[in-house]
Amino acid sequence: MTAPSPAVLGIDWQTLVDAVGLGSIYALMAVGIGLVFGVLRLINFAYGQLVMAGAYALALASERGWPVWAGILLCFAVVLALSLAMERLVFRPLRTQSPAVMLVATFAVAFLLQSIALLWFGSLGKIAASLASLNQPVTVGDVDIRKITLVAIGAAAACLVALVLLLGRTTVGLHMRAAAMDFQTARLLGVRANRVIGSAVLVSGLLAAIVAIMLTVQTPLVTPEFALRDTIVVLAGVVVGGMNRLGTATLGGFAIGFASGLLGGALPTDQSQYLPSFLFGVVILVLLVRPGGLFSRGGRSIVERV
Amino acid sequence: MTRARTLTELLGPAVLVVVTGLAGSLFARSTEIYFINALVAVSIVVALYVFVGNSGVLSFGHISFVAVGAWAAGVLSIPSEEKPGILPNLLPVLSDTTVGNVASLLAAAALGAGYAALVGLPLMRLSGLAAGIATFAVLEITHNLLRYYDRIGPGAGAFSSVPETTDLRQATLGGLAVVAIAFGYGRSRFGRLLRATREDEAAARAVGVSVYRQRLLAFAISGALAGFAGGLFVHLLPLTTEDVYLSLTFITLAMLVIGGVTSLWGAVVGALAVSALDSFLAETENGLVAAGRTLDLPAGTRIVVVGALMALVLILRPGGLTGGRELSLGRLLR
Repeated sequence: MTAPSPAVLGIDWQTLVDAVGLGSIYALMAVGIGLVFGVLRLINFAYGQLVMAGAYALALASERGWPVWAGILLCFAVVLALSLAMERLVFRPLRTQSPAVMLVATFAVAFLLQSIALLWFGSLGKIAASLASLNQPVTVGDVDIRKITLVAIGAAAACLVALVLLLGRTTVGLHMRAAAMDFQTARLLGVRANRVIGSAVLVSGLLAAIVAIMLTVQTPLVTPEFALRDTIVVLAGVVVGGMNRLGTATLGGFAIGFASGLLGGALPTDQSQYLPSFLFGVVILVLLVRPGGLFSRGGRSIVERV
Repeated sequence: MTRARTLTELLGPAVLVVVTGLAGSLFARSTEIYFINALVAVSIVVALYVFVGNSGVLSFGHISFVAVGAWAAGVLSIPSEEKPGILPNLLPVLSDTTVGNVASLLAAAALGAGYAALVGLPLMRLSGLAAGIATFAVLEITHNLLRYYDRIGPGAGAFSSVPETTDLRQATLGGLAVVAIAFGYGRSRFGRLLRATREDEAAARAVGVSVYRQRLLAFAISGALAGFAGGLFVHLLPLTTEDVYLSLTFITLAMLVIGGVTSLWGAVVGALAVSALDSFLAETENGLVAAGRTLDLPAGTRIVVVGALMALVLILRPGGLTGGRELSLGRLLR
């Protein structure tokens, strides 16, 4: 950078734009987790491993020298197949169990997928390089913005608009909202359980594939632990925002991505290394003080208190 | 009759621990280590059972108590003349204090209990999913602090020069102690009250049981046992923060679920069964000659097998191998 960029509250534009980019990606992950939670009351701990699988698909495609569109197609195919398999083999048999049991089960699935990736591809990691050109910066004013940041923000906005239309204007969307509100009553009124869960899982898988594409541009090295940290942070964000409504969950995902991007960029290393402690401290605080989530107003909460 | 049944419930798990210890002594040092590992795993899983099994509330945070116990026992038992060289940033009070093996284990238990009580004070008001996520947050915070705050331990590095006192004898005795305390708590008034809240919270509340207090007590006891187990662990291996983090959380939860969450017998059986499988697979990963053929599994197979097993048990037999019941001779003979 040639000239020092203008600053807001001591934070330069560079950091700010990057933080918005990270927040957008996390918001998409939050939507993916929140959609499935809405219909199944299930926190999918293995969501990050779906992203990881998509990233490996992109890496394999770029290793073989496939064209970019083929890699992206493979990524979508792998993630969607895996999501549907997960729903059929794990979520469906466990649907009647308590949320805590389902959380443990998805925890097991997460580890299972991660170690399958370790077995298959080794721990060294593969490079997904075909979209690397998106890492080039464009200069706006005197701020260098990586193209991927713009793509991430744009894609997130587009996905969210599409999702709002899907949920608000289509029958499937209406069914999903009804199921999220009260699954039993929705079924009594003719909503097909398997279909509505299937569509939620499918949409959530689509989002995982999109997230995989954007994350591989930012960090092209794909390892078995790819997206694991991100998932943990997004889960925290979703809880902080409020699990019960998709809007608040998404906002929570965005907020935690934005906050970690901002603080991570603005704080010196000897302070930013304690960022996870701070974030998870906030999670505990919110669960205790505002169990319904920071952005929710009243309504039911996931928290039963004793 | 009742007394005999009670005795079986204690002796079953205890005999299993002793048999594991004795069986281990038949082997050379290179194989013995698997048995010691299994016994430490029994201690951790039984500690987890004391809270999760009796209360029915999920905890992803127990490995933080194991970690805190390991840090306490490890830092306190490194010989004082070596401390300035190995851990130069240690707080003065820690680098001046060095204690023996047993004292370090007791300190680990005390710190585990204290930390669990402190954390539980706000957290035990939560149930269900919220409890799962909040305890997970505790694990993240503990891991983060231990990793970067090097005034209380090795930080991102590994422990070194901790006396390796956890041999087969210490692991067996430690395992027995943990099983006995877990049994004693389960038979006590408090254990029964807590199980009552697990079975029917509203009914337990209606007869005047404070769910919060009972859970907090169990959380602290289980934190003490977990801290103690962490002490055993650090006297066995040069640990790093990564050893007491997500994988250990996963594997110990898997052991408890596979064995059966709601019984002491299930905790011990699960820990030993999964350890046995895990050790067998570990040997196989190094190449095993069986029936004239060399079986050579790639690294990573162990977690795939354990993970698949856990998912299968959850789906097909949610009660675990033991059905979540205590050992009973009557049922065995029938």
